[in-house]
This record gives sequence, C-alpha cells and structure tokens, in this order.
Amino acid sequence: MGLDIRVPIGMLFSVLGILLTIFGWLSNRSLYARSLGIDINFIWGLALVAFGVIMLMLGRRGMARAHSAKQAAAKASRPPEI
Amino acid sequence: MGIYFVFVLGIGFALKRYMHTSTDFFLAGRSLPAWVCGLAFLSANLGAQEVIGMGASGAKYGIATSHFYWIGAIPAMVFVGIFMMPFYYGSRARSVPEYLRLRFDEKTRAFNAVTFATMTIFSSGISMYAMAELMQTLHIFDVPFAKLGIDKAWIFHFNIFASAIVVLAYIYLGGLTSAIYNEVLQFFLIVAGFLPLVWLGLKSVGGWDGLKAKLGPGYTHSWVGMSNAHTNRLGVEWFGLVMGLGFVLSFGYWCTDFLVVQRAMAADSMTSARRTPLIAAVPKMLFPFLVILPGLIAVALPTQLATRPGIVQTAGAHTVQGKGLIPVKLNPDTGKPEFDKNGKPELNYDLAVPNMLLHYYPTGLLGLGLTALLASFMSGMAGNVTAFNTVWTYDIYQPYIRPNASDQHYLLIGRMATIFGILLSIAAAYAASRFNNIMDMLQLVFAFVNAPLFATFLLGMFWKRTTGHAAFTGLIAGTLGAAVHHGLTLSVNASAGIKGGWIAVVHRYPSQMAQNFWTAIFAWTTCFVVTILVSLVTRAPDEEKLVGLVHSLTPRPKETVARWYQRPAVLAVAVLTATVILNIIFR
Repeated sequence: MGLDIRVPIGMLFSVLGILLTIFGWLSNRSLYARSLGIDINFIWGLALVAFGVIMLMLGRRGMARAHSAKQAAAKASRPPEI
Repeated sequence: MGIYFVFVLGIGFALKRYMHTSTDFFLAGRSLPAWVCGLAFLSANLGAQEVIGMGASGAKYGIATSHFYWIGAIPAMVFVGIFMMPFYYGSRARSVPEYLRLRFDEKTRAFNAVTFATMTIFSSGISMYAMAELMQTLHIFDVPFAKLGIDKAWIFHFNIFASAIVVLAYIYLGGLTSAIYNEVLQFFLIVAGFLPLVWLGLKSVGGWDGLKAKLGPGYTHSWVGMSNAHTNRLGVEWFGLVMGLGFVLSFGYWCTDFLVVQRAMAADSMTSARRTPLIAAVPKMLFPFLVILPGLIAVALPTQLATRPGIVQTAGAHTVQGKGLIPVKLNPDTGKPEFDKNGKPELNYDLAVPNMLLHYYPTGLLGLGLTALLASFMSGMAGNVTAFNTVWTYDIYQPYIRPNASDQHYLLIGRMATIFGILLSIAAAYAASRFNNIMDMLQLVFAFVNAPLFATFLLGMFWKRTTGHAAFTGLIAGTLGAAVHHGLTLSVNASAGIKGGWIAVVHRYPSQMAQNFWTAIFAWTTCFVVTILVSLVTRAPDEEKLVGLVHSLTPRPKETVARWYQRPAVLAVAVLTATVILNIIFR
C-alpha cells in the first residue's frame, strides 16, 4: 500500500494542534472558568502538535523504508545482465 | 470539525488509485500491518454504543461496567487471536460465512450471511439515528441553521444525510482500506477528544480517592458484592456474569462477528492477523478509564452545577431533579419526566458523556470533543457498511445470484452494495425514529440469533466430527432456546411483553442484565448439546476436506517473526496478566 496512515494522522493532528494552541494563547482567560482555570486549549494543543510531529516522522521513515524495499525487490527480480 | 472531514475524504481519494480488484476493495489486499488492523479492530466496535453507552453504564452501575472489558472483551480477544485466527486467515475464506461453507455446508452459511447482513444494516441505521438525535438534543447546529434561516426541524435530516454521504464517499472510493484507515484516525481522535475530559473531571472531584469518597463503595468496586445478585449494582451473580458475559456473549461477539474479524483478515500475514486482536486488547484494557470514568464523574458532581446555558437539563427542573450532570428522562411524546414503579424519576444516562463535554470544555477544545463524538458514530457506521458489502457480495450475490462473473463485476457490485447498504441504513434510521418498538424487537431477535453462534464455531474448529446438518440444526435450536428462555422469564421490575415473559413467567431475575446473560447461556448450551447429538447420528465429514479448517487436522502455524516480543503467545500472556492485575486493583 503506497500510503502510510501515519502521515495523514500526523498532518491532521499537527494542524488541529497548531490551531488549538494559537487559539488558547490568544483567547481570553475568562473562557477557562469552566475548565478549572486551566488553559486547556493551549496545553492540549501543544500535546496534539507533539503527537502529530512524531507520527509524521515515523510515517515518513516508514514510507522511505517501503520505497527502498520496493526498489530492492525490483532490482532482485530483474534478470541478470550479460 | 471541517478539517477532519477534509482529511476523511482525502484518504478516500488517495486510496482510490490502489483499488483494482475485489480483494483490494473487500480485504484491503491483505496487506496491512498488524498495528493498523489492531486499532481498526478496536475502532470498528468503538461506535456510539461504546462511548455513549459505556459512559451511561458507568453513571448507572459504576466501575463494575469494566466487567464488559476485563471479563468480557479481553479474554475473548486473546482467544480469537491465538486459537481461531489460524483457521480464519489460514483457510483463505474471505468472510466468516464463507468459513462456515468451507467447514460445514451451504445452508449454514446462507443462514449466517442473511442474518448478519440484515443486522449490519440495522446497526448502522440505529447508529445514524442516535447521532442525529443527539446532535438535535445538544443544539449544536441550532445557531448555523438559524443564521441560514432554515427551520430547526431539518437538523435531524441534515445530520442523517450528511453522515451518510461522508461514510459513503470514503468507503465507495477506498473500500476496506479506506474504512480501516479512517478507523485508525478515529481511534486517535476519540482518545485526543476524551483524554482531557478525564483529566479535568478527575481533578475537579479530587482524583480517584475523591471519587471514592463521594460515591461510596458500590460505585467504585467491580467485584465486591458479586457473590449475590442483590448486593451489587449490576444485579447479577458472579456465575451469570462470567459465563453469560465473559464466555457466551463476548466470545460470540469478538470471535464470530465478521465486523471485527474482517479487520484481522486484512492483515499482511498470518502472524499479523493473529497479533491484530492482541494489539487491540492493549488499548481496550485501558478504555474503561476513558469511557467509564466520565460517567462516574458525571454522577459525582453536585446536582444543578450546570453553569453553561447549552447544557441539557431537565425541563421544568423545579419539580424533578436529576443527579449530578445527568438530567431526568423525558417522555418523547408528552415531554414530561418519566418515573419508575417506585415513583423515582428515571435518569437519562445517555447524556452523561455529552453533558460532561459541554460542562468542562471551553470553545476550541469543545470542537475537538464533539468531533470525537461524531467520529465514534461514524466509525461504527462505516464498520457495519464494509462488513455488509463484503458479505452481500461474497456470500449472497456471488453464490446465489450470479456466480462465475468477472472480478471487475464483483468489484462493481461491492460498490453498488455500499450505496445500497447506506440507503437501507437511512431507511432503518427513519424506521427507528418512527417505530421504536419494532427496532427493540428486531434487536431482540438478533440477540437470539447471535447467542448460540460461538458454540457452532467452537465445535466446528475443535471437533472434526461436527457435521453440517448438526451445525445448522444446532444454530436453529439455540436461537429457539434463547427465544423460549426469554419468553418464560422476566426481570423484577418489568412487565411482560418486549422485556420477556411473553409465554408465561416462570422465573424472575433480579435485573434485566441477569436475564440477558442467562438467555445467552441457555442459547449456547442448547446449541452445543444439539450440535453434538446431531453430529453423532449424521455421517462424519471427509477428513481431507477439513485440512486447514479444524484444529486437529491443521499443521501448527509457523512463527514468522524472530523477535520474541512480537510473538502472539507472548503478547497474549502479557495482556492476560495485565487484565488480572487490573481486576485485582479495582476489585
């Protein structure tokens, strides 16, 4: 399969995380009365970005590995040159 | 929320390029790594029933709800991975009904295929209906709809069709791979959406100790009081719990339901297929903390703490109060609170989790939380639809309607079945909104059909003498056994009718849950005994035909991974040990 699922997961969570972090950073503190005074948007946004980036890195590594494995397989299956 | 939908559809389009044959479409080309299948295995079951239902049970029964995980799901998942997957994956059957044909005969398969296909349609319809209704109750789309000048009554229809179109699009384009990829995505979203809720909730009630102090031991112990049905909140004694839930119902679901087994069949090798349920068992083990705890916290909070206008409260709260964040159930027709036989108001536990989200989440994170909720509904729906299109195409269309067509033709039929299946689900969703009683009855019938299934598989896989005729008669007898038991018993506070006792009331169970568990035990035992008896009087099957399908005639699967920690058996032992420890901690 050509698409490593970790790449879209990483992208989605990075985007969501960045949006949440920025929103949490800029938003008014009074918004957080309900969440026990914790700026949960900011904190959780950062956590999501971290998760997203790790997934992206793993996914790219996985795709690169799959790619090189495919090339190696293609090389091996080619008839020997005379 | 919008971003999520863009990604969901994007995956469908990206995968369309790879869908060339029906195997690609229905079995994901048997090429997915174990962890992806494992998370999808978990997520396919993580529908609305799981997130909303387990939160609701947490609020109603307390931490004892974890029995559904630590006694129910985990042992069954380990069993399917270690003992059953070699036959499912190794036989090269493409679906669970097809395995039944290889092992037994056509009629057993047809019976299973038809009941299963019908069931998936209704489950996905009910999931759709529940989502639309919840969105309406929470008033999420009220503001955008008001801005556009559309009447509120359309919100329900909008939800049904929007979810149908999204699920249709990504399955139509990418088949099972797309469904699986989306399920993995949904898994992470659900965790990301609910984890802060548990954290904030626990913090506000003073941690686990605070929760214990507020709710008392009945809520926070899962085994204390299990020796007698009257001394625990579930109203079940330990034997009914372990046999009914732990053995019959859970093994029946996790080991024979094609909806989940299909995810493991998509794995890239036998070892991966066997590891799929074991990998899924690890997060499954921890899920009670994610889905049951919010329910517990919701009851522990002071009543009428609701600070936010959006939160769903009991209408006319001056006269009848709910408990914690949970409002009183209102009669859908009259709009008045409902009471049980003792005059106590009935609580609408299903709102425990949504109200927790609305209570704790600020704008921003609330979007993520609601998206997670939506994701849980859609993953349940998509799981049913992919299972339906496979069973329909391979087990109904190909053998009985048009055999020997080209693979391209079956691929096309699979896509058509996806559309068809979703249209039927929509119809089922509307039926559910109109005729609640009919839906309850159908679910009851499916429960009867499902209860004995595991006996058939167990005998089929581990006793080579089991014959096709026996399997078929056993299944029918088990189904009837369940129906008769249900017709003869009733739970304490219920009146005869849909809840049982429609033949005569011979025995009363302390709770409806106990009645359900015992119905399953009766069905299983009937099926088991009848199958053995009929097997002994019918002609034994040819042993040559059973190689790869029965335990004693199949060479043991070879381990293909060298690393010890990747071996299924090692994983299984680790998972079981951890489960035992969890049971001891929360006894």
